[in-house]
Amino acid sequence: MTSIRLVRDDLRPPGPPPRRHLLSVADLTRDDVQRLLSTARTFESALDREVKKLPTLKGRLVVNLFYESSTRTSSSFELAAKRLSADTLTIKSAGSSVDKGESLKDTAQTLGAYDPDVIVIRHPQIGAPQLVSRVTEAHVVNAGDGKHQHPTQALLDLYTMQQQFERLEGLHVAVVGDVLHSRVARSLLQAFELVGVRCTLVGPPALLPRGLGAEMTTDIDVIKDADVVYVLRMQQERMESGANYVPSLREYAARWGVTPDRLRPGQKVMHPGPMNRGVEIDPRVADSVDALVETQVRSGLVIRMAVLYDVLTGGPVGVRALAAAEVA
Amino acid sequence: MLYAKKQPGANVVVRGARVLDPVEGVDAVLDVRIDNGTIAAIGEGLDTNEHRVVDATGLVLAPAFIDPHVHLRTPGREDEETIASGTQAAAAGGFCTILAMPNTDPVVDSAATLGALVETAGREAEVSVGFLAAITRGQRGDQLTEMAELADAGAIAFSDDGVPVASAGMMRRALQYSSITGRKLALHCEEQSLSHDGHVHEGAVAAELGFAGYPSIAESVMVERDLALAGYEGQPIHLLHLSSVESVAALRRARAQGIAASGEVTPHHLVLTDEAVRSLDPNVKMNPPLRGEADRVALLEALRDGTIECIATDHAPHALHEKDVPFEAAPFGVTGLETAFAVLYSRLVQPGLLPLETLVERMSAGPARVFGIDRPRVAVGAKANLALLDLEREWDVDPNAFRSRSRNSWLLGARLTGAVAMTIANGAVAFEA
Repeated sequence: MTSIRLVRDDLRPPGPPPRRHLLSVADLTRDDVQRLLSTARTFESALDREVKKLPTLKGRLVVNLFYESSTRTSSSFELAAKRLSADTLTIKSAGSSVDKGESLKDTAQTLGAYDPDVIVIRHPQIGAPQLVSRVTEAHVVNAGDGKHQHPTQALLDLYTMQQQFERLEGLHVAVVGDVLHSRVARSLLQAFELVGVRCTLVGPPALLPRGLGAEMTTDIDVIKDADVVYVLRMQQERMESGANYVPSLREYAARWGVTPDRLRPGQKVMHPGPMNRGVEIDPRVADSVDALVETQVRSGLVIRMAVLYDVLTGGPVGVRALAAAEVA
Repeated sequence: MLYAKKQPGANVVVRGARVLDPVEGVDAVLDVRIDNGTIAAIGEGLDTNEHRVVDATGLVLAPAFIDPHVHLRTPGREDEETIASGTQAAAAGGFCTILAMPNTDPVVDSAATLGALVETAGREAEVSVGFLAAITRGQRGDQLTEMAELADAGAIAFSDDGVPVASAGMMRRALQYSSITGRKLALHCEEQSLSHDGHVHEGAVAAELGFAGYPSIAESVMVERDLALAGYEGQPIHLLHLSSVESVAALRRARAQGIAASGEVTPHHLVLTDEAVRSLDPNVKMNPPLRGEADRVALLEALRDGTIECIATDHAPHALHEKDVPFEAAPFGVTGLETAFAVLYSRLVQPGLLPLETLVERMSAGPARVFGIDRPRVAVGAKANLALLDLEREWDVDPNAFRSRSRNSWLLGARLTGAVAMTIANGAVAFEA
């Protein structure tokens, strides 16, 4: 009667063999990350050509299902699919049956009837991509689910850092701001762990979640020690009066805003966008040559090309494989 | 206070079962003869008296179970459960008695609503049902229900389960006034300014998955408040679905000080932790949420040492389409009547973490004691309320086999050991496998 142990091995019946999805960075191995980054590099070199379209995914259908407003992510998924010659269908919740109260399950099954190869989904609720993967036959790519995960953002950020520093292992990144509500921070933390990037989370006490098991501090001065300062968006909608995560945005900006004098000269700054200039990031920082924000957007395109390619083909892609695809 | 449809008493001889009644101190292979629904003889080689003979060789005959915490969803959501389907599910789980929570639509806060339930139970209930009535009107927390009239109309206890009684002053008035009814308050302890928007226990899993945390102190600060008020007013209280190590410590301390407080724990809080939430399966979403391993261990220890006197399923049926949504959008609650004994036998008794005798006591005599119900017992002269258990049988939890109208079980597809072979409730055979 001494040992008390947890038994929880059989919650679900065994399912069919897994389709390839990208639901969470937690599902990736270090090898997966390396493969995706190198695939993205291959695609980037192809984009330097005059004709940028590759025939790789010709005849495939990629459905983008967006339940939250998005500029960067939805445009880059759509363009990524088009650059690979896939057919695309983009559904935004506004103006669709979602407005009429259709459930996610029904919408997903309706779109599933077109036999899409990939469904890219963004949704405000945690677990939405998992539901879509349960009720359709498509490969599912998570483009952001609530505060949970945004795996392609983490991958494009790794790609950006690798391009900038020509390495990942041993880099030190300070992630600053509203970690509690940030799917980007959660995805980044897991990605950093996989590739050996050291991470320090910086922010107000109530916005640093308990139990995350990461290096955390409320002291903004530590960001000077990092190779990269990664600024999170202050989600104003979460800062309504009464929530009291911070007393005011004004005090937040004064205490934790990333300003030129809190940075070393030449220190690189990243931001997943959209930015609140004057809140989490000083406009002078946002516009400086050391801000990698536009590089991140360009990285987003090739990373999403790599992800679509990877879930559909399931293998590493080298120059030769790409050339063969072009011939075909 | 307990209602069931009238059925002729069974005439049965249960032959050769291991008769196990820990409170009566019986554990021996014996025959039990039931005449017209009442246990008439216990012994070896009993005459059959032309009764039906049930060969129970290798099976265990125990007092049937009592579930003090069930949501029958009637009135209002009969698509999810009815008194008929819920009591059939209970019978299949070895229960002879269940207590139904009043958070229905409308809330059971008037004698008229309660009267309709009592009448339906008299026609439909396969096992005995006791109905709790609300503490406050509409469970809104601002006006006491007419407790004296509700008690006269058959309420077995009072609860605002589903929501806490937020105001300490209101809780005090409820303790004072309910004393004239002789009925207990059964309390859902949750400080909502701490649990606000929380879906998952605040800890590593919630932090990693991005869920707003529902910390264990959201429960325990309310447990501490209610224990203090109960002590001050000298009134007994029952604490529903305890989930945290802090709450267990508070209950243990209060009982040592002589406060008349009891507590219950669910099978899912005894078996699972918040690690299960990583699956994002809406069928592991409940309130209070699954907590950490230290909480689970503390609950099990409290169940073993009697600090927690009863096991309650908190059977909470939900329509399929309401659970077939992203985890964050899903309602709280899981079913449990038809799997409670088997999962606790498989996961706690078989590995040696809980003696079978203790499990039987906490599922039967314990809840009877807390709610002032006649204890199901294997004794001559007692009304037959018996569960015949096959501890060898392995079975797979099949969503299509539930008697419940809902199938939001956290055990779908699981293989369990230990099955209910027969339930005799209120003197009649209510279930046979």
